[in-house]
Amino acid sequence: MMRVQHFIKTLAVCGMLGALPIAGAQAQESKEPIIIALHDWTGQHITSHIAGELLKQKGYKVEYVTIDYLTGLTAMENGDVTFMSELWATTAGDAMKASDATGKTENLGPLGPAAKEEWWYPLYMKEKCPGLPDWHALLKCGEAFSAPETAPKGRYLGMEATWGGHDPERIEALGLPFVAVDAGTESAMFAELKSAYERKAPIMLWVYSPHWVPSVFQGEWVQFPEYEPACYTDPKWGVNPDKAYDCGKPHGEIFKYTSADTKKKWPAAYEVLKKFKVDGGELNLMVKDVDVDGKNLDEVVATYVEKHKGEY
Amino acid sequence: MSEIALQQSRPGLRVPAGWIVTGLVALAILVPYAAPETFGWAKTYPARWIVPISDWLKAFLYWLARDLSFGLFTFKDMTRFVSGLFGYALDVPKALFSSGITFGDEPGAFHIPRLSWAGIIAAVTIWSYMLGGLRLAVLGFVGFGYILVFGQWDSAMVTLSQVILAVLTGVGGGIALGILAFRLPRLEGAVVAALDFMQTIPTFAYLVPLVFLVGVGPVSGMLATILYAMPPMVRVTMMALKRVPPELDELARMTGCIPRQTLWKVLIPSARDDLLVGVNQVIMLTLNMIIIAAMIGAGGLGFDVLNALRQANGLGKGLEAGLAVVALAIVLDRMSRAMVELRPVHGAEARRRRYLVGAGFALLIGFTLLSFAIPALEQLPAELRISTGNMWSDVVSWVNIHLFSTADALRTFLLIYILVPMKTFMVGFPWVGLLALVWGGAWSLGGWRFATGMTALMAFIPVAGLWERGMTTVYLCSISVVIATLIGLPLGFLGSRSERMHNALGAMCDTLQTLPSFVYLLPVVMLFRIGDVSALVAIVLYAMVPAIRYTDHGLRRVPPSLQEAGTMAGCTGTQRLAKVELPYAMPEIMLGVNQVIMMALSMLVVSSFVGTNDLGKQIQVAISQADPGKGLSAGLAIAFLGILADRMIGRWVAARRTRMGL
Repeated sequence: MMRVQHFIKTLAVCGMLGALPIAGAQAQESKEPIIIALHDWTGQHITSHIAGELLKQKGYKVEYVTIDYLTGLTAMENGDVTFMSELWATTAGDAMKASDATGKTENLGPLGPAAKEEWWYPLYMKEKCPGLPDWHALLKCGEAFSAPETAPKGRYLGMEATWGGHDPERIEALGLPFVAVDAGTESAMFAELKSAYERKAPIMLWVYSPHWVPSVFQGEWVQFPEYEPACYTDPKWGVNPDKAYDCGKPHGEIFKYTSADTKKKWPAAYEVLKKFKVDGGELNLMVKDVDVDGKNLDEVVATYVEKHKGEY
Repeated sequence: MSEIALQQSRPGLRVPAGWIVTGLVALAILVPYAAPETFGWAKTYPARWIVPISDWLKAFLYWLARDLSFGLFTFKDMTRFVSGLFGYALDVPKALFSSGITFGDEPGAFHIPRLSWAGIIAAVTIWSYMLGGLRLAVLGFVGFGYILVFGQWDSAMVTLSQVILAVLTGVGGGIALGILAFRLPRLEGAVVAALDFMQTIPTFAYLVPLVFLVGVGPVSGMLATILYAMPPMVRVTMMALKRVPPELDELARMTGCIPRQTLWKVLIPSARDDLLVGVNQVIMLTLNMIIIAAMIGAGGLGFDVLNALRQANGLGKGLEAGLAVVALAIVLDRMSRAMVELRPVHGAEARRRRYLVGAGFALLIGFTLLSFAIPALEQLPAELRISTGNMWSDVVSWVNIHLFSTADALRTFLLIYILVPMKTFMVGFPWVGLLALVWGGAWSLGGWRFATGMTALMAFIPVAGLWERGMTTVYLCSISVVIATLIGLPLGFLGSRSERMHNALGAMCDTLQTLPSFVYLLPVVMLFRIGDVSALVAIVLYAMVPAIRYTDHGLRRVPPSLQEAGTMAGCTGTQRLAKVELPYAMPEIMLGVNQVIMMALSMLVVSSFVGTNDLGKQIQVAISQADPGKGLSAGLAIAFLGILADRMIGRWVAARRTRMGL
């Protein structure tokens, strides 16, 4: 449809061009739509749509396309995606490095919210495992977090295969009596959290923020030794002198990416995207509005854009 | 008697080969266990023998996408050009059904509305009435009414416009390929092999290469759908053209038709019924792909399902969108099936049909024109929509709190006594022994050449370095197939005994097959936790459908004369079932089991979403790492397992049928 519209519009523009001369900077800007990638978490849908609305207000045509998180960068290198609002340093670090090397994408700097990813447990587990949130408590709590197939070790739900995270290595390096189980998908993982939470059953899993889980369920992140780059590369670093990964997960920035030719193709849009920032707390509230209170995403986004109108 | 005597008189000739093969197989299995030191290489496949097939595939695809050039244009230009064409083609149904046409971007710009919902519902109802009478009309009305009232209309129309284009292309391309294979017998072998391959390789495996070559969005989603849905059409076309009686072909030649006329005026029309069956298949498979296509950007209902399931109380929303898929699938399926059964008529009846078709169109256009004045006819106002809200989440929570302990006991039992031991056994099984087993089995069914081919397929798994995930797949699938068959056979038997049961089962099977499995996956996870048990439950639910259908069908087809003969010979009901009906229906039932295996394999990737570590997981990882080689090699392994099972069962059924003189 966009193409038919585009075609008709082009025809109309050509007709107008014949009649009156068009002047000004607007002519340099490409008329092609800006394509924004949507992934599989709500926070990202919100930030993407905010960016989209801001661009629409500047008169750009915006299209959204759903694509897997890391596949998105590949698609951007191929020119199928123009803008990605959230690439987390915690999970996409390697992919970003690889993409930077191609020179076909550009890092637009941090989006604003701090990404936090770590082992997480519901508050009621504190009774069964005194000493939390310090990670040393876990050394004696394998049984408390166990399931039949892992007993006497504890069961930790992660997403090793798709999100990385080095949890099996962490368990080994810190000598934790746990088994890392791959949850397969986020939906499944949080379905199990919901099930366990309703029954006050033991559970330990990977939770990240910004996300709705910390605002719906009461719980805490485990405090591991603070992450430093050396921890992942240098075995000597940290409590275990023989192994790397004896620390927590990195937390850090969330980056915006765009394709390398955006700067030339849509200069004004480039400025907006470069400037685009969202506050972490505000984003968390918006995620809760949508995921927990069931508000319409477009309305939430519209409210935000209205509120922050003057900034761009 | 003479037969037995004959066999006994010449045991020296036949037995030895069988005994030797059995002995060799046993040897290949037992020796690695007995002497793990000396024959360690025969038990665990040595890492240095692994052929880096996935790296080669990856390099090949990178080469395709980046370097291959035909001089004037590159391969990538070509794929992009094709996807561009589909993009333009998709604009037409999209404008009709989902977006309408707007001139300009400013608010208040001139807007031609899409087809009105009222018009579509009226047309569907009237056309259903024409095709299948009052019952079908009610079904069509309720189905599309549900989509409208539950606020799924916008997404459903995005999906429908893609479905329409995918079905048209799938049917057109399928017929063309089928004719080609029919005309050029030399091509036929290659086409059949390609079809086998397309139907067994999991769709997920070609998602990554597609994204690579075509990009993301509705078009690649649609291309994946077409790849998946077209094979049955090709098969049906080939078969249908072959089945046209030779007299008709001769008649065409005698009346002076040129080959083109023979094809289009004689052969194709007389194969009409079979071709329509193919169309029906394409429609169903297309609808099966809705969710998967949404993973590479197709949007529509599939996206809604995936998105809802990630939210805190999204279960109800996901179910509502999932049921919209079911409604769409069942209405389209029944309408196209009724079209197959519709006989051509003349005279008054034909006039009535023309009148009904016209009335449908008139209402469709009429309501759409009206919606220029009344925008509510284009888009139903939000306050008129309804939703089940949190009801379903609450139901599941209740079940979770009250039934979890029962489910957990079952889960623990399954895990500790069946799943874990079986998995350990399968993964630790000597690979040489497994290959020997396949070889021996295939040899007894089909001789040396067949056995060698089958073993080569199996050998791909260790050679490509996929042993652990491959064996996990075999273990998970075989247990699921056994359970699905154990549940499906009795249900199918009950269905064959009573008409009411038959109808109830039919509705259940339709829902199980069209409801996106993601929707019931989450409640399953809440009860059975992440891991193999949840995967098992999901696979069994999806894969038992053909076991029910084929058993029901097989038992119903037992000729009444045979049953009477059984009764006359003094059989009790049970005896008749065990000695007459079941043996007679056995080949049909085994075909059902074959289908169960195929469906179980096709569910692998979905099962990896709840935390299994099988070949499906490999594909899932490949998707998230955008590694096309990894995905394709795992896909090939799954395809080979499927082909292996299919061929072995096929041989068995054929042998059995010959023995029964069918």
